[in-house]
Amino acid sequence: MIKALELKNINKKFNETVALDKIHLEINDGEFFSLLGPSGSGKTTCLKVIGGFEQPDSGNVSLFNENVTDIPPFKRNVNTVFQDYALFPHMNVEENVCYSLKIKKIPKIEQESQVEEILSTVKLTGYEKRKPSELSGGQRQRVALARSLINKPKILLLDEPLGALDLKLREQMQIELKNLQRQFQITFIYVTHDQQEALSMSDRIAIFNDGKIEQVDTPDNIYKNPKTAFVADFIGTTSLVSKQLAAKLFNYNSAFSIRPENIKINNEQDSKSEFNAKVVVTDIQFQGSYYKILCKANDLTLTTLHYVDKQKTFKINLGDSLELSWNKIDITNIND
Amino acid sequence: MLFRKKKNLNEASLGLKIGAIFGILFLHVPLFFIILYAFTTEDKSYQFPPPGYTLKWFSIVLGREDIWNAVGLSLQVALISTLSAIVLGTLAAAALFKASFFGRDYITLLIILPIALPGIITGISLRSAFGVAGIPFSTWTIIIGHATFCMVVVYNNVVARLRRSSPNLIQASMDLGANNIQTFFYVILPNLGTAILAGGMLAFALSFDEVIVTTFTAGQQTTLPIWMLSELIRPRQRPITNVVAVFIICITFIPILYASYMTRNTTDTDGSSK
Amino acid sequence: MTSALEDFSNYLYRNKHILLLLFLLPPLLWLGIIYLGSLIVFLFHSFFYLDGFTGKVVYKISLSTIIELFSSPANIDILIRTVVLASVVSLGAAIIGFPIAYYMAKYTTPKIKVFFYLAIMLPLWSSYLVRVYSWKLILAKEGIISWFLAKLHLTWLLEAILALPVIGGPSLSISYLGMFLVFTYIWLPFMILPIQASLERVPNSLINASYDLGATKRQTFYKVILPLALPGIAAGSIFTFSLTLGDYIIPYIIGTSKFFIGQAVYTHQGTAGNIPLAAAFSLVPIAVMAVYIYFAKKLGAFNAL
Repeated sequence: MIKALELKNINKKFNETVALDKIHLEINDGEFFSLLGPSGSGKTTCLKVIGGFEQPDSGNVSLFNENVTDIPPFKRNVNTVFQDYALFPHMNVEENVCYSLKIKKIPKIEQESQVEEILSTVKLTGYEKRKPSELSGGQRQRVALARSLINKPKILLLDEPLGALDLKLREQMQIELKNLQRQFQITFIYVTHDQQEALSMSDRIAIFNDGKIEQVDTPDNIYKNPKTAFVADFIGTTSLVSKQLAAKLFNYNSAFSIRPENIKINNEQDSKSEFNAKVVVTDIQFQGSYYKILCKANDLTLTTLHYVDKQKTFKINLGDSLELSWNKIDITNIND
Repeated sequence: MLFRKKKNLNEASLGLKIGAIFGILFLHVPLFFIILYAFTTEDKSYQFPPPGYTLKWFSIVLGREDIWNAVGLSLQVALISTLSAIVLGTLAAAALFKASFFGRDYITLLIILPIALPGIITGISLRSAFGVAGIPFSTWTIIIGHATFCMVVVYNNVVARLRRSSPNLIQASMDLGANNIQTFFYVILPNLGTAILAGGMLAFALSFDEVIVTTFTAGQQTTLPIWMLSELIRPRQRPITNVVAVFIICITFIPILYASYMTRNTTDTDGSSK
Repeated sequence: MTSALEDFSNYLYRNKHILLLLFLLPPLLWLGIIYLGSLIVFLFHSFFYLDGFTGKVVYKISLSTIIELFSSPANIDILIRTVVLASVVSLGAAIIGFPIAYYMAKYTTPKIKVFFYLAIMLPLWSSYLVRVYSWKLILAKEGIISWFLAKLHLTWLLEAILALPVIGGPSLSISYLGMFLVFTYIWLPFMILPIQASLERVPNSLINASYDLGATKRQTFYKVILPLALPGIAAGSIFTFSLTLGDYIIPYIIGTSKFFIGQAVYTHQGTAGNIPLAAAFSLVPIAVMAVYIYFAKKLGAFNAL
């Protein structure tokens, strides 16, 4: 497999704040790779280091096995789609998209045909003469994509590109982005704080927290086998049980995470599982196809799901006592 | 009932409307009287209403060489000061708008100081400095004074534009393969262009009718405002002064209107993009 | 394609502080040497003194000039008169300016707002002298105000006002009242714009919330709008106050024979040749403004700019 990007021991400080702390990362050619984390976790800084807009204090950036640490952004074969799109306000759509071709002094005729092609790819034919201020959010997003893709970069960096769009449009753009990536067969490095977005689109994800990478894995593995409490909590819903509590209540010698869908609500006739807990229902949230049930027993807080069944009427009420259970195979040990 | 109450709340009260209209009239009516007086036949007092109207003062002013010389000097000073202010103010704005380093706030203060401090202090300071340095008064001593306080006007306009622009524009340009020089000419300059021009226009208007600093740096030279000031202190040629005042209004209104026209356009597009 | 220029520009991109320095150097040299240099030299004169016999400046550090400034009752009069005038002008400008700013911020359509902007920007940037001159026409004994009041048979009122102590005088154009009018007129735009900016930032929902909670229009104005506009008023008053403190032309043209700080500076440096005393007088508005700005900053005035 070809390595599209390699970060080796990248450190970056802003004044006294550590933005990136010993970052190691390898991304394969053709991957849809997400940098996921809460705001301020260092993911955007990491992207800027890859793009060449920020110089790391130490460490190496390699693109396709070539060290580019000291190469300015305009000489790197990567392009960026910025969070605010950064469309040039004084140029129309065509001029924006054409910008890099003009810089490269590509013949006019070729410029025109390339612009036409890319605009039809992002479904913006007919908008050539519009100014960015005359476009909707989604259209600006497409212009930004077209402007970057026209260069046929080997790697496309996307900095929360869907953050400014509303939910429906965002879901639609997610599909389109994925299609574009397949069509162009290039590496996408995608920064987002939306775990749903990262899980549904990515081949692999790096979870950022506090300037460090907590885990790099496929979405499936990250969900099923989170390595740290942070990852377990950040991705999806989970119940965390500390080491102390695990020992006291379940005679188990590690902290663990348990997903709500793995916790069963017992009927009297059910056979005993490996873990059992008597709890009280503290909150019931209707989620459409299921109810989310929040339960508590002293220091233990557990979340489980209850699927709506048309035949049966819903019969769990606030304050009810429930018996919950799960098996060892369902839990993930985490470092406390 | 409810509807009526809502409407009532969203409409300005009569008192507020009257206050606003009064304020606007207060700002503008005096200038209309100057225009009116430029046509009066009375030349010894400020009698109102004018006993008669005439155009003769305009033709007399047209033939007055001393006034034309003053206009020429003022235009020359305003033009060169504005150009210097554009260069210095734009450079300062580019350096200061985003940077954070020790002493940045002091430098910002230093740029604002020439218009924040009373003009008389700036004027006397420069005058005594010219005296100490043995620099004789000339057009250039006036220009030095004017460029100093015009700089901040350009600076303010450019900084405002830089703040409104996406911080990523420069990065986007470099990302698309443009080097610093190309980025400067294709992205930065076109984006700042109207802001610089608007700042320059206002600086021009400011310089063209500045009198306080000029009083101290002009020596024996007479700019148009200095001529005007001497007439204000000892009115000897009232009708001529009236016409010159109208002329100054015209000369300064054009760049101010043009400047606000240009900046209005940008605030419009900014507003719609939000 | 690699040229020396391009190499140099790449070098600058990697070393942003050098680029910064290159940008900053010309304006900094200009302001630092030409402006700040002369300013400091001039102000430092307040620590020298004038030899009473020879009439020449003695270049020895001494506090005698500053003591002279504050020990002479005539000088103290000048200082107090100027500060009082500046305060009254600021107050007047705030009262006249507020309705415009409020109407502009809350009740205009975008098109009308542009018109208002223009209506305020034009006098702000247009000729100071011409605008002062226009009031000389208006306030003159034979001018518009006298004519207008005569038509209304109110000449007695004007005479009664002019007969008042302190603010009156032989005619409006030679009185403190006239001076106050002219100062307020000249600096008014500087007051309107910051108030308008601070009111613009008050979300309408806040005002609606006040109505919703049962406040009347009047209560909402005093309890919600006015306090939130205060930083704007403070910011505007920085301009009106400071500009009035240092002006010497308006008191010269409209005023009586009693001096203000600006005139004192002008006279001492000019005919009297007493640069040290002129410098000492100049220190007063600077010091007053420094204190004023310090308190205005606490009120949040700088966020309203």
